[in-house]
Amino acid sequence: MTQIFVTDREGSERPVPATPGLSVMEIIRDAGIDELLALCGGCCSCATCHVYVDDAFASVVGGPTEDEFDLLDGSSHRRTASRLSCQIPFTDALDGLKVTIAPED
Amino acid sequence: MDRQFDILIVGAGHGGAQAAIALRQAKFAGSIGIVGEEAELPYERPPLSKDYLAQEKSFERILIRPVSFWEERNIAFLTGQRVVTVDPQARTIGTAAGETISYGRLIWAAGGHARRLTCSGHDLAGVHSVRSRADVDRMMDELATTQRVVVVGGGYIGLEAAAVLTKLGKKVTILEAQNRVLARVAGVALSRFYEAEHRAHGVDIRLNAVVQCIEERDGRAVGVRLADDEIVPCEMVIVGIGIVPSVEPLLSVGAEGGNGVAVDEHCRTSLPDIFAIGDCALHANPFADGQPLRLESVQNANDMATTVARFIAGDPQPYHTVPWFWSNQYDLRLQTVGLSIGHDKEVLRGDPAGRSFSIIYLKAGKVVALDCVNATKDYVQGRQLVIGGAIVDPERLSSIPALKDIYAASPA
Ligand SMILES: Cc1cc2nc3c(=O)[nH]c(=O)nc-3n(C[C@H](O)[C@H](O)[C@H](O)COP(=O)(O)OP(=O)(O)OC[C@H]3O[C@@H](n4cnc5c(N)ncnc54)[C@H](O)[C@@H]3O)c2cc1C
Ligand code: FES
Repeated sequence: MTQIFVTDREGSERPVPATPGLSVMEIIRDAGIDELLALCGGCCSCATCHVYVDDAFASVVGGPTEDEFDLLDGSSHRRTASRLSCQIPFTDALDGLKVTIAPED
Repeated sequence: MDRQFDILIVGAGHGGAQAAIALRQAKFAGSIGIVGEEAELPYERPPLSKDYLAQEKSFERILIRPVSFWEERNIAFLTGQRVVTVDPQARTIGTAAGETISYGRLIWAAGGHARRLTCSGHDLAGVHSVRSRADVDRMMDELATTQRVVVVGGGYIGLEAAAVLTKLGKKVTILEAQNRVLARVAGVALSRFYEAEHRAHGVDIRLNAVVQCIEERDGRAVGVRLADDEIVPCEMVIVGIGIVPSVEPLLSVGAEGGNGVAVDEHCRTSLPDIFAIGDCALHANPFADGQPLRLESVQNANDMATTVARFIAGDPQPYHTVPWFWSNQYDLRLQTVGLSIGHDKEVLRGDPAGRSFSIIYLKAGKVVALDCVNATKDYVQGRQLVIGGAIVDPERLSSIPALKDIYAASPA
């Protein structure tokens, strides 16, 4: 079974089962990790699902779209590895993906 | 013996769910119960007029949290139960089924019910509201046999539903009683833009249209009769004319309020140990000069829930969050920040014809809100102007390449 590794704001990492077809935001939420508010439900309108993608996966995951890029600009915790997790569709190619939940804005 | 909870939450929607989540995040260890009249665990309401209606997202995907989450956090649900009475002295509530539940503190997060038409035919088969999953499931069941839909009310929900149904191949007519759509929530320029977009997609928008009654055949709605006796034929009527806040059990025992239940900056009602949050909470919003109002948005429900959780956890912080909202129609992404209510000037940035633009609302010279259509940059950068109550020359607002440069240039 495919999985991802999520590091929460306290710094602890855990493996989480990941189903292709869902977004990384949904995978994190469904695992019971409650740090992501994901207020807009994944429609790229709120930026409350901000994560950092591990360097090793940067090229497979790819960069943000223009809208997502602009929305991330509103965060004071933006880094080059920043993505909105609702905008990353999980696929088999992302098996083992590591993400870290960004601090709350 | 009666059931008893340290914290009892009424309403299992956005606000109720977040109140429970935030209490546990704040390490609140007491018992938490949530009574809700719907059958479901908390789910997101915005997709009801968007991807859920479009059948692009299943119900499981719009649950606010998975079922196991609530068990793990020891949050008890009493679903399918409507609260009909509150006794603030005895600290109990009574349900429609006759059960009494005791509480230490009560968080009222009951939102509202869809306002219904009052004319004849309002309760016929084929007439729908868009407030709950049950409403939308009923609607979806009838879609296969529906060609023509009349939407009564040109607010966000009506417009979103119209966009989805048009995409599904239905012939949609929108009846709006005012002289423009979105009259209650946005300025004229935005109304005109959305009217033009919908018309370009084949939607028939009738402004100043007054509904006389719903026409019936064999117990079903078959059309809407207007004041001038014209009948718009259809197989389905969708009524999107706002909500009636669900606060009667509180008002009837003396809680202050009227249009909603009045709360202070910690979301306390005038009754002891009873809080109210979300769509039903009438509050003095700092982004509307302290004018008492109700906001119907996920942001408001969520942030008020957090405000109450903080108060209960002993770390009180007054409710002071900049309002934001979004709406998706066709390929148009609207993002709103601030409250445009009471504005006296609108400034346009960008070109509506290019389908990427913003409208900046000013009140006595101050930036109070932005409506940004496919213009996320303006939304993000304009937010600072709203928070700071920036006073900026309108000419500059419309011509400066990036709104963030306004702050960079002006003295702190
Ligand atoms: C179709 C639709 C689209 C929307 N789109 C957007 C959007 O794009 N962006 C946005 O920000 N907001 C949107 N909203 C608004 C947003 O969903 C609401 O502001 C939010 O749900 C309010 O949360 P709440 O907890 O106050 O109320 P609700 O989420 O409505 O929850 C209240 C719950 O309490 C229950 N209840 C009521 N009375 C009782 C009682 N007496 N006893 C027990 N239970 C009771 C209700 O049945 C309901 O389940 C939309 C709303 C709808 C309906
Ligand atoms: S959930 Fe809102 S932007 Fe991702």
